[in-house]
Amino acid sequence: MSKVNLNVKIGNLTLRNPIMLASGTVGYGNEISEFIDLKKIGAIVTKSISLKPRKGNKPQRIMETAAGMLNAIGLANVGIEKFIKEKIPFLKKHDVPIICNIAASTIEEYVECVSMLEHEDGIHAFEINVSCPNVKEGGLQFGNDIKMVGKITEKVRANTTKPIIIKLSPNVSYISDFAQAAKKEGADAVSAINTLVGTAFNIKTRKPKLYNITGGLSGPAIKPIALAKVFEIHRKVDIPIIGIGGIMNWQDAVEFMIAGSSAVQLGTVNFIDPTAAEKVLKGLTDYCNENNIEQVSSITGSYQLD
Amino acid sequence: MNIAENQIDEIIELEYNIHLFKVISPEIARKINPGEFLNIRISELAIPLFRRPFSVCDVEDDCYYLMFSTMGTGTKLLASKKPGDFIDVLGPLGNGFNIVDDFDRAIIIGGGLGVAPFPYLTRQLKGKKEIISFIGGRTKNDVITYGLENISVATEDGSLGFKGNVIELLEKELDKTDNIKSKIFACGPTSMLKALKILAEQNNIDCEISTECTMACGFGICQGCPIQSSADEDKYLLVCKDGPVFNSKEIIL
Ligand SMILES: Cc1cc2nc3c(=O)[nH]c(=O)nc-3n(C[C@H](O)[C@H](O)[C@H](O)COP(=O)(O)OP(=O)(O)OC[C@H]3O[C@@H](n4cnc5c(N)ncnc54)[C@H](O)[C@@H]3O)c2cc1C
Ligand SMILES: Cc1cc2nc3c(=O)[nH]c(=O)nc-3n(C[C@H](O)[C@H](O)[C@H](O)COP(=O)(O)O)c2cc1C
Ligand code: FES
Repeated sequence: MSKVNLNVKIGNLTLRNPIMLASGTVGYGNEISEFIDLKKIGAIVTKSISLKPRKGNKPQRIMETAAGMLNAIGLANVGIEKFIKEKIPFLKKHDVPIICNIAASTIEEYVECVSMLEHEDGIHAFEINVSCPNVKEGGLQFGNDIKMVGKITEKVRANTTKPIIIKLSPNVSYISDFAQAAKKEGADAVSAINTLVGTAFNIKTRKPKLYNITGGLSGPAIKPIALAKVFEIHRKVDIPIIGIGGIMNWQDAVEFMIAGSSAVQLGTVNFIDPTAAEKVLKGLTDYCNENNIEQVSSITGSYQLD
Repeated sequence: MNIAENQIDEIIELEYNIHLFKVISPEIARKINPGEFLNIRISELAIPLFRRPFSVCDVEDDCYYLMFSTMGTGTKLLASKKPGDFIDVLGPLGNGFNIVDDFDRAIIIGGGLGVAPFPYLTRQLKGKKEIISFIGGRTKNDVITYGLENISVATEDGSLGFKGNVIELLEKELDKTDNIKSKIFACGPTSMLKALKILAEQNNIDCEISTECTMACGFGICQGCPIQSSADEDKYLLVCKDGPVFNSKEIIL
C-alpha cells in the first residue's frame, strides 16, 4: 500500500499522478498499451494533431547522437477527423486521460482544431505545440515569437473551457518570457521543453544526415538544458510547469520535480524501454514512501539554494 | 511483442568475423516467423541509445539464432558478450515472409549479411518447396552460406562464383521457359533490392523483399522509419511495423 498521495493539480487539470507520456513518442497509445497499463499513467499526450492529415518528412527522419537522437518527423499525423473517429475511442477504452497536442500553421487553424475537439469528453486538456522545429511553416517561428505565443494562447483560451498547456521551445534566449506571455493570456500550464534544433553531416558525402537538414534533439543529452529551463520558469513565473527532456528513470523525474515541475513527460525513453513509465511511477512512489513524503506535489520546486 | 532478458546459450564464430548467437527463449522460438526481427538493447547506458534490430536467423527447439558482424558501437558491444550473458530483447517484431502462398519454387536472394533471415526460411520451406539460393558479396569474404541450400554465388570481384552482382546472376539463370511457379525472397543492400524489384516485375515473378533502415523504436511509435507506398502517393508505410518484409509491388525504393 502506498501512503503517498500522487495526485497533482496542473491549473484546472487534476491528474492521478505526475507521470505523462510525451507527444510524438507514443503515437496514439495503441502500441505502448501492449507494454504498460495505461490506466496507471497520469496522462497520455497525443502525437501533434493538425487539421488535415500530414504525410511527414521524407526519410532520413531520425538518427542517433551521443546519448540522444535527432528527429525530423515533420508532424506526420492522421489529421483531426480520423483522430476523433479512431483514436479517441481506443484511448477512452483504456481509461487514460488524453491531452490532445495540437500543431497548426495559422492561429485560425489552432482555433478550429480546438473547437472541433471541445466537446470530446475523452480529452482532458490541450497541449498547444508552438514549438515544433521540423516543419516549414508555423512551428518554431511561432515558438520564437512572444507576441504570437501570446496571441495563440489568447485565441485558444477564448474557444475552450478545457485546460490549456502551452508547449514551449527551448530554442529561445529566455524561456520564462514565453511562459509569462502564456500565463498572461490564460494558459493553465506550460510544458518545457520541446526538442533543441540540431544537425549532423556525413563526413564522406558531406551531406546532412537528415533529409530535413536540421532536426530536434532529445534524450538524455538534453536533460541538463531542460532542467535549467524548468528552473528558470519556476523562479520567474508563477505557472504550473510540466517538465520534459531526457528523463530515463525515476531519479530524473524527481530531479525535474525538484527543479520546479508539477508533472513530467517521458519521451525518447519510450522507444528504448516502452515499460519506462510504469517503472518511473513505481520509483517515484517508493521514493516518496521512503522519505515520508505525503503529497508528491510537495516535491515541486523544493530545491534548496543557499 | 514482449520485452525480456534472454540468455545466450552458445556463440559460434563463423568465417570472416560473422558471429552467431544461440539464445534461449521458448516464447520467441515458438512465436517468431522468418523475416521478423528482434530489437536488442545492447547497453543499459545512454550510449548507444537506440536498440539495434536483428533478424531472427534460425530457430531450433527453445532457442533462436542471431547472425551479425561488427559494424559500429552497438554490434561491437554485442560481440563482446559471452555465453551465459543476458541480452534485453524486444520482439518478435514486424511482418515476415509470406510462405503460405501458392508457389512451388522459392528463389532466395541474399546480399552480404542480408542472408541473415534465410537459414530459418530455408528450414521452414525444406521438403515443401524447391529452394534455390543466390548469394552475393563484394568479395568471397562477404559470401555467407550458413544454413542455406542449393547455392549459387556471385562476387563483384570474381573471387568466387559468378563475376558480377547477384541480380545479374539471377537474370542469367532465370529460365524463362520453365513454368514452375516461383516466388522470390530477398534481403540485402538497397541497390540490390532496387535492381531485383525491376527484374522480378519484368518477369512477373512474385517477390518479397526485406528492407532496412535506422530504427528508434522498432514497433511503430516514433514514425522514424517511413518507406513510400506505391499504392498511395500520400502514404508512407513503416518499415518496422508494416515491414520489414514487403511485396516488391507495395513500395517504392
Ligand atoms: C529489420 C532489420 C533487421 C536486421 N537484421 C540484421 C541481422 O540479422 N544481422 C546484422 O548484422 N544486421 C542486421 N541489421 C542491421 C543492424 O541493425 C545494424 O548493423 C546495426 O544496427 C548496426 O549497429 P552498430 O551500432 O554496430 O553500428 P552503428 O554505430 O549504428 O553504425 C556504424 C556504421 O555502420 C553503418 N550501418 C549501420 N547499420 C547498417 C546497415 N543496416 N547496413 C549498412 N550499414 C549500416 C552506419 O551507417 C555507420 O557508418 C538489421 C536491420 C534491420 C532494420
Ligand atoms: C520522434 C519524436 C517525435 C516528436 N513529436 C512531437 C510532436 O509531434 N509534438 C510535440 O509537441 N513534441 C514532439 N516531440 C517532442 C517530445 O514530446 C519531447 O518534448 C522531447 O522529445 C523531449 O523529451 P525527451 O528528451 O524525453 O524525448 C517529439 C520527439 C521525438 C523524439
Ligand atoms: S522504428 Fe519507430 S516507427 Fe518504425
